Formats: sequence, C-alpha cells, structure tokens
Amino acid sequence: MRDEVIRRVRGAVAALVLAGLVVAPWAVDDYTAAILARTLALGLVGVSVALLTGVAGMPTLGQTAPYAAGAYACAVLGSQISDVGVVQLAVAAGAGAVLAALTVPLVVPARGVIVLMITLAIGELVVTVLGRWRSVTGGTDGLAGISPVRPFWGLPVLANDQARYLYTLVVVATLVGAVLLLLRTRFGLLLRAGRDDETRLRASGHRVPLHLSGAHIAAGAIAGAAGSLLVVAQQYISPADFGFDTSALLLLGVVIGGTASVGGALVGAALVIAVRDWLFGVLPGHAPLVLGALFVATVYLLPTGVNRVRGARVRLRPPTAPPSRPDAPAARDHAPVPELHA
Amino acid sequence: MTGLLSAQDVSVRYGSLAALAGVDLCIHDGQRHALIGPNGAGKTTLLNVIGGSTKPHRGTVRFNGRDVSRLGPAARARRGINRIHQRPAVFPTLTATENVVVAALPRVIRRRGWRPGGRRRAAHHRAGPLLEQMGLTDVAAVPAGHLAHGQRRQLEIAMALAGRPRLLLLDEPAAGLSATEVGRLVELLRALPRAVAVLLVEHRLDLVYALSDAVTVLRDGRTLAAGTPDEIRTSPLVRQAYADGVS
Repeated sequence: MRDEVIRRVRGAVAALVLAGLVVAPWAVDDYTAAILARTLALGLVGVSVALLTGVAGMPTLGQTAPYAAGAYACAVLGSQISDVGVVQLAVAAGAGAVLAALTVPLVVPARGVIVLMITLAIGELVVTVLGRWRSVTGGTDGLAGISPVRPFWGLPVLANDQARYLYTLVVVATLVGAVLLLLRTRFGLLLRAGRDDETRLRASGHRVPLHLSGAHIAAGAIAGAAGSLLVVAQQYISPADFGFDTSALLLLGVVIGGTASVGGALVGAALVIAVRDWLFGVLPGHAPLVLGALFVATVYLLPTGVNRVRGARVRLRPPTAPPSRPDAPAARDHAPVPELHA
Repeated sequence: MTGLLSAQDVSVRYGSLAALAGVDLCIHDGQRHALIGPNGAGKTTLLNVIGGSTKPHRGTVRFNGRDVSRLGPAARARRGINRIHQRPAVFPTLTATENVVVAALPRVIRRRGWRPGGRRRAAHHRAGPLLEQMGLTDVAAVPAGHLAHGQRRQLEIAMALAGRPRLLLLDEPAAGLSATEVGRLVELLRALPRAVAVLLVEHRLDLVYALSDAVTVLRDGRTLAAGTPDEIRTSPLVRQAYADGVS
C-alpha cells in the first residue's frame, strides 16, 4: 500500500519535472537555456554512472572518459561526416562504447574501491591525452566553432539556445527511457542479482564477467551520446569539461539521487551541477566545500538516497568474500565513496 | 570407478594442514549420498572441491564422464552441479520469484525462435511450480531479504532445482532450522525427483539415516568408512571416531 503511494507520488513528480523541462526554454533567457542543456547532458552521464554504480555494483569515477571520447569523436569526426544530429549521436555513442570496451579488461575483474581507483586513472589519462594531442584535439585550448547540427534529415539547423536545449531534452528523455526499458529485461535482473551476491550468481551458472562487460560498454555508449549533446549545447569543448571534479560531482549527484535509481541519478547529477554553477557566483572558491558538506549530509541523513530504493547498495567486497547477508543493507551505503572526502 | 560423479585421490592443503588427503568418492545417478564425520574432517572442503569453488592440490573430479577439475563453479553449474550453502544464499533485494527466475535462466531452453523476453518468460513458467512445491507461493512477491531463515532455505532449494541439476550438493541444510522446519525439509528432500542425485553434508545423524542410501565417513581428511546407512550405523570404527571427535 505504502509502496503504491510512493510509486504514484514518484510518477507525479516525474511528470511535473518533465513538463517543467519542456516549457523551461520559454521561461528563461538564452544563457540559462544553454546552461540547462549542458546540465541535461551531464545528467545523462549521471545515468550511466548510476547504471554502473547502483545497478551493476561497479562504483565508477571514470565515466568522463567515454563522455570525452564521445564529445571529441562528435566534434572531430562526426561534424566531418554529417551535420545530422542523429548521425553524430551514433558516432559519439560508438566512440564511448569502443573506449569502454577497451577498458573492460582493466575494470571488470576489479571490485569496490579498486574500481574507483582504476576508473579514476582512466579518466585522468583520457584528459591528459586530450590536453597533449594538439593536432587533433586542439590541446588545452579545446575545440571552438563547431558547426551547428540539424536534428534529423530535412529539419532546420539548431540556430538558437532554445532549439539546442529542446533537442538535448528529447535525446536525453529517449535514452533514459531506453535505459529504463533495458533494466526491466533479463539483463537488468541479472545485473541487480550480481550486485546483491555475485558468488551466488556464479553458483547458478551465470557468466558474471559477461554481464558486467555488457553493462560497462552500454554505460560507455550512453556517456558517449551525452558527449555529443555537450558539443551541441556548448559548441565548444576542452579537456576542462571532463576533469576529475566533473566525475566526482557526478558520483556525488548519483549518491544523492539514490545509486540504483535512474531518475534519481538524473535529478541528483543535475542538482549538484546546478548548485556548483550557482555557488560559483555566490561564494567564489567555496563551492567544493559546500558540495562536500552536502555529500556528508546526504550519506548520513539519507543512506539510500533521496529517491528511496529498497536495499540499494554498492558492491565493495572482493569476489572471494563470503556471500553478503541481507541484514543492515543501509550501513553498506555509507561505504562507496569515501574518496570524495579527500 | 564410474558413476555420475567420481572424485579421485583428492587432496587439499591449507598451509601445513591437510584438509583432505587422498579422498575418493563416487556418486551414482539418483543416489542419496551422505558425507559425515567429526568437525574438521574435511566434509565441506570436499563439497567445495566438487562444486568447483576450491581447487584441489591433487586429484581429479569427473562428472558425467567428463573431467571437470579445471572448471569453476559457474561452468559446473551449467553442467548440472548445483549447490545449497550452509547459510542460505539468496539475492536479498530481488523477490522470491525473481530469485528463482535468475537461477533458472542459464538452463532455460529457447523454443520456437527468438521473441523479446522469451527466455525470461520461460524462466517465470518454471519458477511458479517450484515456489509452490516449496510452499512459498504466498511470499513470491516479497524481497528475499525479508524472508525468514527457513523460507530462505526453501527458496534456495527452489533456486537449486530451477537450474535443472543432476547433482545437488547440500551443505548442512538443517542448520538453524526449527524442528517443524526440519520436518518439512526432510519431506521436501524426500520428494526430490530421482533424476537428481544428492550429496548431503549433515551433522544430524537422524537426518542422514532418514535421507541417504549411501554414507561416506571422513575423518582427518581421509575416508574412514563407506557403506549403506545400516552398515555405518553399526560400525564400531565409526562410533569410535564420533566418540573421539565429539568429545
């Protein structure tokens, strides 16, 4: 009964938020519309972080890597091939998926905090490469003057911030819907089972590394697609868009939103990014401090996130550890991101 | 030796301690085989070696005519060796039905081509009767983490059966159960189809004698005796071992 009420309230809130997002560009100025579009793109990366962290149990700090790969593939390659947004999205998603597939041998055998460290290293490496590979990426100056896209063959070019925002919104809504559908399939069920108890899943005869690789590549494709949206929203990209602070904030947002909830991740990531950008003006230089306090408060007050999800938690035990017990799942939620304090 | 499963000359060492020192074990199709012995005799270790979670230092495990010594637990489960753990291992955030569906998926056979969700639906069809058989229909939609210990045990048996095992490894299934639950467990295990062979590790000898038709006694990592329950019950050697081990 209570679950039913919560589900309805959640559905109503989601509908309201979506309606608000649709009318937003007519209510705000161009600058805010551009910021909103960028925030939506980051929210989509947040969804990929939630897919790995909350659903598959691989806490990640490295989703900025496929995000960057998607953005640069879109800016460097995609804009050469075609000015159609859908094509550029496919190129970006492909680049993100390829990068994720290449890092599967590093990420999938690791567990818990080790995953955080490895993904962090991958993210930093990608940013370094972007900064050094001047002939292609423009180095730390980034790439500017990227030509505008048309969403689909035959449609006009996205000429203003409102149009770019609406394009971003449509793509994000479609991809989030696709992720939600994916999680209802057998694949989503197996990911949740593996997060609960990996040893047990193996004992039933499942090929757990295969599921985790699939999740990693899918999350890479989603983050890559988000990279293409960033290019559309900003028409300018540089390595600074993909630094450690971005991945840390995304993980923070996902934890605030409730790690296993896709909608929560979107809202949480968007919230954190918005708070950062807003605080940047109000309290120059102190934004990280406030976000840190927000994180500590979240973990202690809402161990399962704003969007309460039963028993959601992150796998932090080594694969050889004894099967986890269902007792006190809340306590484990504190564990996933101690690194953020540092 | 032949049979469904044969473990030959299995040795496992933990440092200087020999948990198993050259044990042979043979299980025939449909047999109910019990493994008993005092604490530290190596019963669970032998179960782990057969299940694939412990690699022996020496010896081979053959299952269904094939050498499976090098395979891990997942590959052995796909070949038909399923296991029930000492502490019931279920997926706590998944419902009872979802637990059984997950366990059934690896062995679900696709029929009449591919349809979206076809395998999952087939696994669901398998889950319903199994939950009913285990008396869990009323709690089918409850997350497994909220079930009582005895129900989790029954759920784990349903999960093990969902994987269509040829050999079921039971590690002290009665541990932590009330007297009523133990009675129900014995009924459930007796009702298992004869297509499934069972290897049972159990401390409670009344259960062993009620369920098994062959018994192997381990002590200090070696086979002390093997035979029918009646032979074992009357063996002075076994009585002596238990008297030493229990004291």
